[in-house]
Amino acid sequence: MTTGRMDESEQTKPGPFGECPLPIFEHPQIVLGHGSGGRLSAELIEKVFVARFRNPTLEKMDDQALLEIGGARLAFTTDSFVVTPIFFPGGDIGSLAVNGTVNDLAVGGARPLYLSAAFILEEGLAAADLSRVVDSMAAAAQNAGVQLVTGDTKVVNRGKGDQVFITTSGIGVVERETQLSADRARPGDRILLSGYIGDHGITILSQREGLEFEGALESDCASLDGLVAAMLDAAEAAGDVQGVRVMRDPTRGGVATVVNEIAGRSRAGMLLRESLIPVRDEVRGACELLGLDPLYVANEGKLVAVVAPRIADRVLAAMQAHPLGADSRVIGEVTERPAGMVLMRTGVGGTRVVDVLFGEQLPRIC
Amino acid sequence: MKYLDEYRDGDIAAKLVERIHKVRTRPWVIMEVCGGQTHSIVKNGIDHLLPKGVELVHGPGCPVCVTPLEMIDKAHAIARRPEVIFCSFGDMLRVPGSDGDLFSIRSRGGDVRVVYSPIDCLKIARANPEKQVVFFAIGFETTAPANAMLAWQARRMELKNISLLVSHVLVPPAIEAVLSSAQNRVQGFLGPGHVCAVVGYTEYEPLAQRFHVPIVVTGFEPLDILEGVLMVIEQLEQGRAQVENQYSRVLAREGNRPAQELIAKVFEVNDRKWRGVGMIPRSGFHLRAEFRDLDAEERFSVQTIDTMESEVCIAGQILQGIKKPHDCPAFGTQCTPQHPLGATMVSAEGACAAYYTYGRHLKDADLVTLGGARG
Repeated sequence: MTTGRMDESEQTKPGPFGECPLPIFEHPQIVLGHGSGGRLSAELIEKVFVARFRNPTLEKMDDQALLEIGGARLAFTTDSFVVTPIFFPGGDIGSLAVNGTVNDLAVGGARPLYLSAAFILEEGLAAADLSRVVDSMAAAAQNAGVQLVTGDTKVVNRGKGDQVFITTSGIGVVERETQLSADRARPGDRILLSGYIGDHGITILSQREGLEFEGALESDCASLDGLVAAMLDAAEAAGDVQGVRVMRDPTRGGVATVVNEIAGRSRAGMLLRESLIPVRDEVRGACELLGLDPLYVANEGKLVAVVAPRIADRVLAAMQAHPLGADSRVIGEVTERPAGMVLMRTGVGGTRVVDVLFGEQLPRIC
Repeated sequence: MKYLDEYRDGDIAAKLVERIHKVRTRPWVIMEVCGGQTHSIVKNGIDHLLPKGVELVHGPGCPVCVTPLEMIDKAHAIARRPEVIFCSFGDMLRVPGSDGDLFSIRSRGGDVRVVYSPIDCLKIARANPEKQVVFFAIGFETTAPANAMLAWQARRMELKNISLLVSHVLVPPAIEAVLSSAQNRVQGFLGPGHVCAVVGYTEYEPLAQRFHVPIVVTGFEPLDILEGVLMVIEQLEQGRAQVENQYSRVLAREGNRPAQELIAKVFEVNDRKWRGVGMIPRSGFHLRAEFRDLDAEERFSVQTIDTMESEVCIAGQILQGIKKPHDCPAFGTQCTPQHPLGATMVSAEGACAAYYTYGRHLKDADLVTLGGARG
């Protein structure tokens, strides 16, 4: 689960008659913004779900739950995948469903082992398309070294679904002495990013009906377990595996949302440098045209890491030596203040706040 | 990236700032007219780079912001109808009317679609002959040619199931309203680059003369804005009041003639109410008589809707450059992009929303840090 930073006023406070049993969710209907990864999503998760299931593991709000079972440290996660179109340059809903869950395990320091997959199929879906999606899942699973060990299928009436929805859950084992969590960033830590941002989100956008720009852009959909292992190897070799404090894959909501989550959970500030954040020309061009900010655009094969300064260079070198991290950079650092906020030094030398968005990004009129 | 990086270069920015420091001998108040400029200024932190005493105030040029509440309610009334596919520019979808926004109408089953170009509505209308396709045609002179083209093409293709809900506004009457106000503080303007790319800037010349204010037609990139500010200050310091063109790589004095001709064929000037400001005579467009059958207000008979604006909101004064967002007691507390009380908080280009998005609602202690983080 992901969440954005919430204002004090939005959190429940005990009133004169004790604590309100459930916070008030004031939207009469679910709107698309509730799935955006922004403030609306955070509100939905907090007020509808966390309020009812509250427990220490859930409250950590990391991308995966870390569980100690019979002396073993296991990571457990789940994710649902809905994407239109289901096939896109660089991947499809199948590779996305495997890599997304593998990545949520990997950024928790786990070696991904087993997956489940549940399919909701819409009546009329071409069997050949389903086979193509499942072939792609099998290839992605093999590549990530995970086995799909259980699953489920349901079929819904035509019009009650959108071709295919996939939910995957995954289990991995944490074998190193890692301590990765969004609340562990400390002032002075470096913020590392594994490459160009926004490729996935803009690829999907460009494929949608009505947006007729073309380009060679591809989704960055990939499994990050190998890159994570290389980073943790480097940290271990430097004698400080816990110096890798936080790892996140900036999917929906993008890099901006992820760094805000880390800043909020760690009660620290973040200072990013706009000029150091790599964005491809195709992505920048599309964003400029539509009035979008690539910092909030989804990625499916990138990670953001917060690393102790002493080992940052070595971890960065390990990332750059890995094919999925060749364009890795340090994009900023953790600061003491303002706590819970992200600032960015802009290209022209100004400073601005990078906040969590309310809902999804909307194209601007002119 | 070509055509972008050249206009965002930090070293050149620093040189322009240095020149502004050198030229300026006393305090000046400059208004950027266009919402896109406001957005760029706040997003890039340009106002933080300027010397103290050069104050940028934010103008009325955010089309979503100034669209009156009753027009939003009319749009919502039409969008709720089962036979309608309601098409709009994206940033209009979250603007609240008296009862929810277009997103909430969509969640209750309304067919509301974001289009990137008005012309997309033609395709939608042809694909859905049993539906009525309505386009929310808002904006300044910038969007007028594309919106006019929709009406023109719909007529040419004899599409009966298309109509436009028109709420078009014009920049020069708004500048005149700002300058005519007894509370006016504005001494010079950054003119709206994209508006002038369409209509040129001859209309601004009499304004500059009559009110003795410099107007520099300016682009939207950080270096454009810094150069525009420098050109305005040079004029102010020298006592000149002319229209100058900073954005000459894009536009000429006469603007885009074919676009102007198309606008004139489809639209004519009328009186318009501006949200937060009120009625401004001859400040907008509506469809000409020959195109009136494409007017969604008439097709769906939604002429009379009464609305109430929040009493706390000072959007009107902000749109006229009299006050800044953080002068409002509701800013960032009662009034946020989640729960906007008024015009300037509703669109990303509105001054209040831009201030909020880029963290200007922070407390003083945090702002000290923000300043300290500069270097």
